[in-house]
Amino acid sequence: MPVNYIYILIMAGVSYAIRVLPLTLIRREIKNKFIRSFLYYVPYVTLAVMTFPAILNATQSPISGLLALAVGILAAWLGADLFKVAVLCCAVVFLSEFFVL
Amino acid sequence: MKQHQNHIVIENMGQAFREGMRDGVPIGLGYLAVSFSLGIAARNAGLTPFQAFLASLLCNASAGEYAGFTTIVAHAAFLEIALVTLIANARYLLMSCAMSQRMYPGISVWHRLFMAFDITDELFGIAISRPGYLNPYYTYGAVLTAAPCWAFGTALGTVAGNLLPLRLVSAFSVALYGMFLAVIIPPARKDRIVAGLVLLCFLASFGASKLPGLSELSEGTRTILLTVILAAGAALLFPRPAEPGEEESANVSFSGRQERGEDK
Repeated sequence: MPVNYIYILIMAGVSYAIRVLPLTLIRREIKNKFIRSFLYYVPYVTLAVMTFPAILNATQSPISGLLALAVGILAAWLGADLFKVAVLCCAVVFLSEFFVL
Repeated sequence: MKQHQNHIVIENMGQAFREGMRDGVPIGLGYLAVSFSLGIAARNAGLTPFQAFLASLLCNASAGEYAGFTTIVAHAAFLEIALVTLIANARYLLMSCAMSQRMYPGISVWHRLFMAFDITDELFGIAISRPGYLNPYYTYGAVLTAAPCWAFGTALGTVAGNLLPLRLVSAFSVALYGMFLAVIIPPARKDRIVAGLVLLCFLASFGASKLPGLSELSEGTRTILLTVILAAGAALLFPRPAEPGEEESANVSFSGRQERGEDK
């Protein structure tokens, strides 16, 4: 349906506008201490909020999700890089659902 | 000076690009799994595989696209789909603000325009977790690996529905969360405030998903609400010193940080 293309273009336009406006318009160092601190904390807060409890619902069983969370935290704590942590989490889920759950 | 700054980035271009491509691999794998299920949602919304491919290539947003597709099913007004997309993607606005503070002085507007295109949770996460100024070529490398996976995965999901065994989908889908952990845990180890904040976020997010009223909101809306409240609370109670650690390391990666008067 051609109308779908209009929907898609609106979605694309809004998605890009949200991403491009701050990045192109904010050219200066933000001096305000509160805003600086707020922006510093934003990524950690967003990612943490999106990780838990969503990870429990991403897998077939919440227990394998919880295991992946525990192993992921431990591995990242011990200094594993992005790729290793991600692969470890996948392996934990695959193995735990294959053998145990 | 502008010459000088650009020169520094171009020196690191090849290496940064390769590192980006490498770090884009786990993201791409996670994207394949997630976008596959997104493709199924697109099919339910009546989109053709090509339309689903196009939507993912242009929008690059899981929650945002999903919300959009459910709006298309309802044959909603154009304004409504614009609003739904805005709300579901509002966190990218915050991420873009955060990125604007990590641009090297004198960066060209083209870099800004291209770097904005694929600000996602994951690609933002890996870019911002590197010390110093953001390197555009690192972002381009990661996008080049991850974005096609996202678009093709969506199309594949639209075509093939339930071909992948459930076990594999289940395992793939935690790759994204593993990446989130790799971004948030190392700073939490170094900084007790961040550690406490991450723990608080887990608890608050869990609470919000169970509480009546809050739990009825969409996941995207809950994420925005919690992000604004918790990050603002942390900023009020624990303001960062004027020169945070990541700025200091900027000196190391882009030797010599001059004054920031870049917008001429």
